[in-house]
Amino acid sequence: MKLLVTFSRGRGRKPIIAQAVRDTGVLINVERAVIDSSEGEALIEVPDEQCRLVSDTMTTLGAQVRILDHGVSLDESECVDCGVCISICPREVFSFDAEWKLRLDEEKCIVCGKCIDACPHRALSLPL
Amino acid sequence: MHKTIGQINERIRDGSARVVTAEEMPALVAELGEEGALREIDVVTTGTFGAMCSSGAFLNFGHAEPPIRMERIWLNNVEAYGGLAAVDTFIGATQQSDTLQEEYGGAHVIEDLVAKKTVELRASSHGTDCYPRRTLTTEIALENLNQAIMCNPRNAYQRYNAATNTTDHVLNTYMGTLLPGSGNITFSGSGLLNPISNDPKFRLIGSGVPIFLCGAPGIVVGEGTQHSPAGGFGTLMVTGDLKQMSQEYLRAATMTGYGVTMYVGLGIPLPVLDLDTVRATAIRDEDITVDIMDYGVPSRNRPSLRKVTYAELRSGTVELNGEEVRTSSLSSFRRARQVAGELKHWVESGKMTLALPTRPINATRQAKPMHQSKTSPRVLDIMDQRVVSIGEDEEITTAAKKLLKGETNHLPVINSKKMLVGIVTTFDISKAVANPGKAHLVKDIMKTKVITTVPDEAVDIAIQKLEKHNISALPVIDKESHVIGILTAMNLGKLVGGRWLK
Repeated sequence: MKLLVTFSRGRGRKPIIAQAVRDTGVLINVERAVIDSSEGEALIEVPDEQCRLVSDTMTTLGAQVRILDHGVSLDESECVDCGVCISICPREVFSFDAEWKLRLDEEKCIVCGKCIDACPHRALSLPL
Repeated sequence: MHKTIGQINERIRDGSARVVTAEEMPALVAELGEEGALREIDVVTTGTFGAMCSSGAFLNFGHAEPPIRMERIWLNNVEAYGGLAAVDTFIGATQQSDTLQEEYGGAHVIEDLVAKKTVELRASSHGTDCYPRRTLTTEIALENLNQAIMCNPRNAYQRYNAATNTTDHVLNTYMGTLLPGSGNITFSGSGLLNPISNDPKFRLIGSGVPIFLCGAPGIVVGEGTQHSPAGGFGTLMVTGDLKQMSQEYLRAATMTGYGVTMYVGLGIPLPVLDLDTVRATAIRDEDITVDIMDYGVPSRNRPSLRKVTYAELRSGTVELNGEEVRTSSLSSFRRARQVAGELKHWVESGKMTLALPTRPINATRQAKPMHQSKTSPRVLDIMDQRVVSIGEDEEITTAAKKLLKGETNHLPVINSKKMLVGIVTTFDISKAVANPGKAHLVKDIMKTKVITTVPDEAVDIAIQKLEKHNISALPVIDKESHVIGILTAMNLGKLVGGRWLK
């Protein structure tokens, strides 16, 4: 399960992820993180059955946690199967099937958004 | 043995013609042999579906009451050409909306019309005795137009060079998003399905030849603009009835940071007349080579990093300097196949018969670069040659004094060999003085990543560097990294009212 964790101003200095790992004993996989002086955002992956525990622990530590059920989504009526997105994606979410139709492996998506503007047909969007 | 166009059309009419796509052809020729393929196969259909910026449509609106001589024309806030008498216009695919910029343009207007949506027509005129009306606003749909004729000056490029980016920042180009450090390679074209690649000598493709254009029957007008078959970059000018087109094969698109373009589906059926046709249409992706160009070089003459075939490009990765680099297609191979497949159906069912060119297309021409009667300004022409620099081992206070005396905000920092190693600005010095700490020497506070320019760089390129990096000065260096000048925002003033804008 993927969790989007946001740290607000002032909490950024606390080692929230490290603290959560120590408190829960769950091995958290940080897939993507942007942290600056005033705020931060990290996309983490945890085993499904421990998702609730990690989420609650981090919330207690002062972070905002959102469970991401979906990765990037594809509007098939706009997609023309060009494949521009394929080489842009850092996680190889996109590929062609045997008939050169674009295939999307949502599980791999880390919601980085790099593909959104790269799509000439505006067929890709991030979950709200 | 050879066949005539008459015999082939006869077979199309009685439903006995054998039609295959250009993708099927290589295997069939291998199986049947060249003579066998010539005997059995009558027509090879080709297809491509990709961004073809040089596209647009002529529209005729009919006369309003009271009538207007439309001089400036907008369709959904996208300006269309107003120099075609009173009630005609040409809407170009890449023209962008006055309000939505690159998110909506001429291509979107054309797609909206094809999708049966209404479009707002706005026009103005100075008013004449015969055309007294001065302004007009109305909603129009495709069915309200007398004619809507797509006419594309440059379509169906025979092949197109692939693109990569060796700089350290992302480039947004008409070849899509190019990641830094050659992080990806983009390419365009349908390879073995491309119409001209199946007839590179233009024996069958020429004026008057029937084609598939965005789902409608169309024809080849003649050679396209920038037609350059000598180097393998032939193009076609084509036309077709917009009213019969389908959104399936016509799509507006936006290359972020570049602008609007239109994806066009285009296919040409080729009559298999003789062995030369058989050989030409047996072309494979492995046989079609292009260069991988470095779009990091902002020049007409971009360097080629290596040659590559469409087979390699389509495989998903290409080796570049010992690394496997992922590739992305900008055009859709799946839709190119659909074009060739639909066209095959048209010919098999007798919906389209074939014709030979009424006038041939030149097969050896080379497009010339622009004739420029005036050279554009170079950095050398406007840079400040009185540049004050400072040694990296000098005291910060010395730098502060130099900045004051030199009446400048930027000090290039040089080493003992007089080579550029950094830059300090008034801001860096003020910061160091306001927060006195361990730093005493210029090298402790200088920025070592310096964006530079060279004397013969075009000023427009230098301006782009200033904008991109949000800085206000560029040290000008020679081949040995010696600072020979500085270009600041102030120097750009020389362009205004100077000899360059006459």
